[in-house]
Order: sequence, then structure tokens, then C-alpha cells
Amino acid sequence: MTAITLNINDTDYEVMVDGGDMLVDTLRALGFTSVKKGCDTGSCGVCSILLDGKVIPSCSLFTMKAREHKILTIDGIEEKAREIGHFLLEEGVDQCGFCTPGLIMSIVAMENDLKVYTEESIKHYLVGNLCRCTGYEGQLRSIKKYLEVS
Amino acid sequence: MSVNQNIPKVDGLGLITGKPAYTDDLAPKDALIVKVLRSPYANAKIKCINTEKALKVKGISLILTHKNVPDTVYTRAGQGSPEPSPYDKKILDEYVRYIGDEVAVVAGINKSVVEKALKKIKVEYEVLEPVLDYEKAIENHSKVHDPDHGIVMFDIGRDATKNIAASYAMEIGNVEEEFQKSDYYYEDVYYTQAQAHIMSEPHAAYAYLDLQDRLNVVTSTQTPFHVRRILGKTLDIPLSKIRVFKPRIGGGYGGKQFIHGEFFVSLVTLQTKKSCKLIYTRKEVFQATNTRHPMRIKMRIGTMADGMMNAIEMKILSNTGAYGEHSLTVLMVAGSKSLPLYNKVKAVKFSGDVVYTNTTPAGAFRGYGAIQGNFALESAVTEMANIIDMDPIEFRRKNMIKENETSKIFEVMGEGTEGTAQMIESCKLEECIQVVKEKIKWNEKYPFVEVDEKTVRSVGLAIAMQGSGIPYIDMGSAVLKLNDDGFFNLQVGATDLGTGSDTVLAQIAAEVLEVSTDKIIVYSSDTDQTPYDVGAYASSTTYVSGNSVYLTAREMLKALKERAKQVLKVDEISYKKGVFTSDDQSITLVELSNELFYGENMKQLVTSESYYGKKSPPPYMACACEVEINKETGVLKVLECVASVDCGVTLNPNLAKIQVEGALVQGLGMTLTEQANRGPKGQLYNNTFLNYGGPTKMDFGKLDVSFVDSYEPSGPFGAKSVGEIGIDTPPAVISNAIKNAIGVRMKELPITPEKIWRAINK
Repeated sequence: MTAITLNINDTDYEVMVDGGDMLVDTLRALGFTSVKKGCDTGSCGVCSILLDGKVIPSCSLFTMKAREHKILTIDGIEEKAREIGHFLLEEGVDQCGFCTPGLIMSIVAMENDLKVYTEESIKHYLVGNLCRCTGYEGQLRSIKKYLEVS
Repeated sequence: MSVNQNIPKVDGLGLITGKPAYTDDLAPKDALIVKVLRSPYANAKIKCINTEKALKVKGISLILTHKNVPDTVYTRAGQGSPEPSPYDKKILDEYVRYIGDEVAVVAGINKSVVEKALKKIKVEYEVLEPVLDYEKAIENHSKVHDPDHGIVMFDIGRDATKNIAASYAMEIGNVEEEFQKSDYYYEDVYYTQAQAHIMSEPHAAYAYLDLQDRLNVVTSTQTPFHVRRILGKTLDIPLSKIRVFKPRIGGGYGGKQFIHGEFFVSLVTLQTKKSCKLIYTRKEVFQATNTRHPMRIKMRIGTMADGMMNAIEMKILSNTGAYGEHSLTVLMVAGSKSLPLYNKVKAVKFSGDVVYTNTTPAGAFRGYGAIQGNFALESAVTEMANIIDMDPIEFRRKNMIKENETSKIFEVMGEGTEGTAQMIESCKLEECIQVVKEKIKWNEKYPFVEVDEKTVRSVGLAIAMQGSGIPYIDMGSAVLKLNDDGFFNLQVGATDLGTGSDTVLAQIAAEVLEVSTDKIIVYSSDTDQTPYDVGAYASSTTYVSGNSVYLTAREMLKALKERAKQVLKVDEISYKKGVFTSDDQSITLVELSNELFYGENMKQLVTSESYYGKKSPPPYMACACEVEINKETGVLKVLECVASVDCGVTLNPNLAKIQVEGALVQGLGMTLTEQANRGPKGQLYNNTFLNYGGPTKMDFGKLDVSFVDSYEPSGPFGAKSVGEIGIDTPPAVISNAIKNAIGVRMKELPITPEKIWRAINK
């Protein structure tokens, strides 16, 4: 076990970690259960967080490697999450909700990355956030409304 | 007004912002970690299992094997009692029947010690020949279950000596005679595959003992009350000593209508007195939970020259895998939720065997049976229309069921038992067909449009029906409690698995009580705190549980009026939107509630009603897709999928729409990309999201879902079910579209580019 400092949502946390610990497990153990675990292979997107503003699956990053980076979970952007969430709720696509915090993190990252939104670019950017409940169409409707894409 | 409004889900904001809500979020931090050692063989007997070294690993609390758990048979299917599924599973058994079957259970203080201990368990197997090909299961000399192993609650046609878990047959009229009389005859065989649920949240459960030393199980289940009953019965614990609670769950679609880790966490907690949790890995979810039943479906249809179908026969071989969960009921639903669509036939026959194989067990999955049956029936009906050279839509219109008609099948076939006769009081199939026909521009596009030399576009269509709960079997109930300040607690046993049923049920209560939905605080799915409900399956929640909420709210309104009369000292009273009025006097609901809590007329008002269906009104739908096929590569693109649904009154149109959209994509996934592929020894090849083929945002084109005006007199505020129907049509729709494009009938799911290419290049 090694003592390291993680910067999560602008707060420093001293944590004891093993070399093999994955960031998702460390975050959940610290109480950030908004970061879900779904697939164990970095392919479903429910553990999405931002690392220095870039969206990553936290199940695929060793906790050790998150040192000296800024980690952002949905808990750190409550206001923004509610704003985006409002559009998802209005369309009824929150459904089981398990994938939604991860989806919102990806939407936030997309807003950092993309200058122009088209239906195709949105789909392409968010393709890594799987959802089995909605069939995606309603998600797309709500995201387009949020981004004011016609 | 609450009903027919797009009220956002009551739990939505909390889920969206990532509040702790799911089983693993809520489990105690010091819970022991439980993991399962699974069989590497498809069929084997455990000759010897040695846990000595594993138990010596520091931090290990307990290891369970077949030697130290109750030796009882039971079924993991979450169904009403007595279950129509065979009792053929033991908590841990000396026989393992598929790759992934449970061998031992280890509990310890953390993941790494448990994983270390798992490796130190020494198991010696006597490897037996597995039964892997379900089409050869009946005559296979190898048996999945010893003939003496397993019992049934009532006759379901089980015969373990032939690897048969269940069988069923019925005939109305005489199909052979009618086929003889028919001018045209069609027969062919269709195949459907094992599909995985791939819900976002893996199966999860934790257990602890409460202050009264009672076993508390918190689990990601669709059926908390069935879990309590099955746990108590199998472990021989009084039900009064068990509480089962379902927190929010990350999707189910039938995959959580099934006991998974509940026995293991219960036994660990009962023996160690410590809390513990078992969270499945994704690999375990794929290989060791359950899939959709693969089926071989033989269709026969006879038709007269005037386009009237004379007789239909559907004969099925279904693969239930290693255990017989839902074996009989899924089989029967393949017929009972498809064949009544064509109620004008003179004879109809349905039969089938469900066989055991040494593969991952099959179980409940949204639209169970119905999607398989619909694929075969709606493909075959289209083929028949082609044979008699009639437009397939016209052919359906002539033959399909209409309002104020019935089908004898409703009376003959239920789910595991006899059915219930019913008259169809709401059926807008005709309107549904008209809507999709116009929206997809059928007349311009049917049968196909040549885009260029290698590209063709075409359309296909199918219709479907489902049910709304199981009559005389499914029961739901509700409790309403008035609070001071005039708001209500609504307690329901119903199980919201993300569908929004908590919200819809609150809307029903709010509508009756003429208050806004936020005055109804819902609490659900807790065997200690909520009244009984069968749980979320068989498209029952809106209709069955919804009716119970409707009745409970009516009783509350009655009780409120009585109290208002007492308080105002009048004989007559009227109520509108939170105000009770009698001539020149009035009292608001808020004032009345405060009076009942703190005034001279103190009384806690609580009402409760339950409901079971006396019929199962089917929702109906029509669906059409436009596809584009590259004839050089066989790649098929779904350009658009249009669906029109009659589910009665949509209590929450947004949530109803998402039910259908989500189901359509699950159906398209089954049609085109999803399949649990097995290797020669029965091992699952594609057991991750990376290689399974679950749909992403990029896979299918635009969805267009709408509802037609309809009112079901027996439903709460005119509603029927909507949870399952959306999944039924895609396989037949796509197969029909491909036939229109390239002239070849695809009869085996999933319809991959390779299969299309081979069909073109035959």
C-alpha cells in the first residue's frame, strides 16, 4: 500500500492504494458511488469521469496514474448535472439511471471538445456510453434540445 | 390532471446526479466480499472438493460447497406459487451442468483474499459428455439431469430421461383437415438465438442481520416477494425472519426475475452473522445468469383462394439450458401471445418441447416467447401473402383480430395453466397499420427501390400483440396513508426497474385524489414495508398494480369525504381539486388533514386495496422498417423504424414512448447483432461488451414511435401494458424487408451480413 494524494472535484484526498487498484474502485471506496461499475472492460461508459477535462473510463486507469491530475466526477458539477439532467428528465430517458451520470460526464467533455454539433458528431462522441433502456433516440432528442441543435 | 401527462420520473433527478441508489452503492462498507467458484466443464460430477488450503488464507470467513449447504431442490424463476418451473436446481450441487455453474462460494474480508482462496480450492471432476446441440437433446444418451433429480409442482410434461424440462400441446379444431381443404399451403422452419439482457447494472445482492436478528437481503431483483418466499422455503426459515428490499436497479428486462446471488449472501450472513455482498462481474452476468430461450419454430399455414387463412400450426423446440426456469411459460407464450392475432382461422394447433442442454440457463427476457413466436408467425404470414400474390398488409387486414372479437386461444392457453376467455374491448391494429404505412411511405417504397447497382432499399412490416399481466395469477396491492398538510404516502409492492412505474402509479393516485403528483410520495418493493405484489414481469405493473392503486385511491377519497362530512357536520359533500364543499361550507384537503391529526376528530386515514386481473387485455402494434442492403457485402442498415402502438391510454406518454423505443432497439439487436456464441465444449465466446454485439448509438437509424387513441375499459384510466410489446416485431419486420429486397427469406437470427451475403450468392 502506498499513500498518494488524489485531487477529486477540487479537493485533495490522501488515500492508501495498491499498485493494481483501478480508479473506479478507489473513487467508490471514497464514497463517490456516482461512478458506477458495469462492464470491467472499459466499454460501457458508466464509470466515465473527467481527467483534466478529458472523459475516460475510470475502470481502465490505475489509481496511481491519477496522481497530479484533476479528477472530476458528477458530484463536482451538481449544477451542470441538474441543468443537463433536466433535459433528460423532460424526455423520460433517465430510465434506470445507471448509465446517466456517465453519459452526463461525456456530454460535459463533448462541450469542451466540440465546437459545432451535428446529430452525427453527437452520436459519434457519445458512442461509448451504452444504454440498454432507451434505445438512444430519446437521449439524442434531449441532448439536441440541450445543445440547441435542430 | 396527472394522468396522460409527461410527469418526470419521481426518482429521476437523484439518479441523474448520481446519488447512492443501487445495491452496491448502499452495501455496508465493511461487508464481507462474496465470490463464486464456477465450473470449467459443461457437464461434470464433483468427485472431490478440498477447501482446506483455501480456508487457511488469512481473512477468509467461510467457504460453502455442496457439502455444507441445504440439499434442497428449488427453482430460481421468480414466479407465483406453485411455480410452473421445475424444481431442478440446488443451491450448490455435486453435479455441474454448464460452464459457469456454481461449485463453491467464498466469503472474506476483501476481494484479494477471496480471489486468492478461490484459486486454492481443489476440485476433482469426473467430466461427463455434455448435451450441447438442443436439436439432438431428446435422443441424446447423455442426460443433463439424473431422472431422480428434480420435482414439479404440477404436471408440466417434464421427462428428464429424454432431457425434456417441459412440454405442451393444444389443438382447436382439426388443423390437418383444414390444411387438406386449403387452396394454398406453406411450411417452413425458423430459428431464434440466445440473447443476453446486458442490463447496465450487474446482478448484485447484500445481506445483513437487523436488530431483531432477522435476515435482510437487499437485491437487484424484479420480484422481491418471490425472492422472500423462495429463500424461506428453500432454507427452511420462517418468512417472518426475512426481509427483502429492492433499491433502485440498473435495468432488468426479465434478467432479474430470477434468483441469482441471494442464496449465497443469505447463507454467508446467516452463518457468519456478518454483512456481506456479492456483485457479479460482467463475465458472470453473461455466462452464469440467463439468456433468452433459443427456439426452433416450425410454421404451417393453410389459406383459401379468397385470402382467408384456414389453419395455422406452430411447433416449437425450445432450449432451456441447464435448468428449467420459465421453460413451460416461455414456450406457451410463444403461441398465446402471437396466434390470437389471426383469430379467424378454423383450426389452430400449438405444441412444443423444452429441452435441457449443458449451456447457460435460459429464463425470462422481455417479450419472452412472444418475440420468438412473432418472428416465425409474421414471417410465415408474409410468405403466405406472397404465395397467394396478395399485398401483405391487405392479407393481414383480412385475417387479423378486431375490436369486440375474441380468440379461443385466450381461453385454452395461459402461462403454464389454462387461459382465461376474454373479449377484446380495445384493439386499434387497423389504425396502427395505417399510421406506419403512411409514415414509412409504404406505397412508394414497397417492395423495394434500387438505389444503384449494388444498393437496394426496401420496407417490411409486422404486427404484434402482448398481454397485460396474467389473469387470476398476478396480484398487485397498494396502501395509501394521509399525512398532515394534505399529502399522501403510497406504498406499493410493485417493482420499478427503471421503467418509471413508481411515477406512473403516483400519477394514478394523484388523478383520483385530484392532487398534484408531488403530493404522492411513493415507496416500493420492500417486503416489510409495502403490501404484496408479484413484481415487474408479464407486462403487469401499469395494469395490475395500477388498478390496485386506483382502487386504493378511490377508497381514500371515500374515507376523506366521510371525514369531511363529520367535520363540517353535513350529510352531503362534493370534492374538487383539494376542496370539499357542501352548500356554503367548505374545507380544504390540507385543513381536513390537519383537523384529523390535531383537531377534535383525530384519525389516521389509511386505505388499501389489491387487484388481480380477470382478463389480460393485449396492447397491439404495427411496425415497419426501411432497410438498405449492400448486395456486394451483405451489410444491412436500418434507415428508419416506425412503430405505432395501441396500449390504451398512455398514462405518461414520454415514459411509454421510451418503453417502446428501448424495446425496439433490443429487438433490432436480437435481429441483427446479438448472440451468445458457444464453442465446441459449451464455453461462451463473447462474454464482454466488446464482443457481444449490443446496440450502440451508431448502429440503427431513426426511430419514430407514436400511439393511437385507444381506451381499455378494464384498465386504470383506460391503460393497457406497454413494457414488452415494443420488442416483438423487429425480427419479422427486418426479415420481411430483406425478402422484399433480395427475394430470400432469412429464417435464422441474428441476420448477420454474412448470412445475407450467403443468401445473395447462393
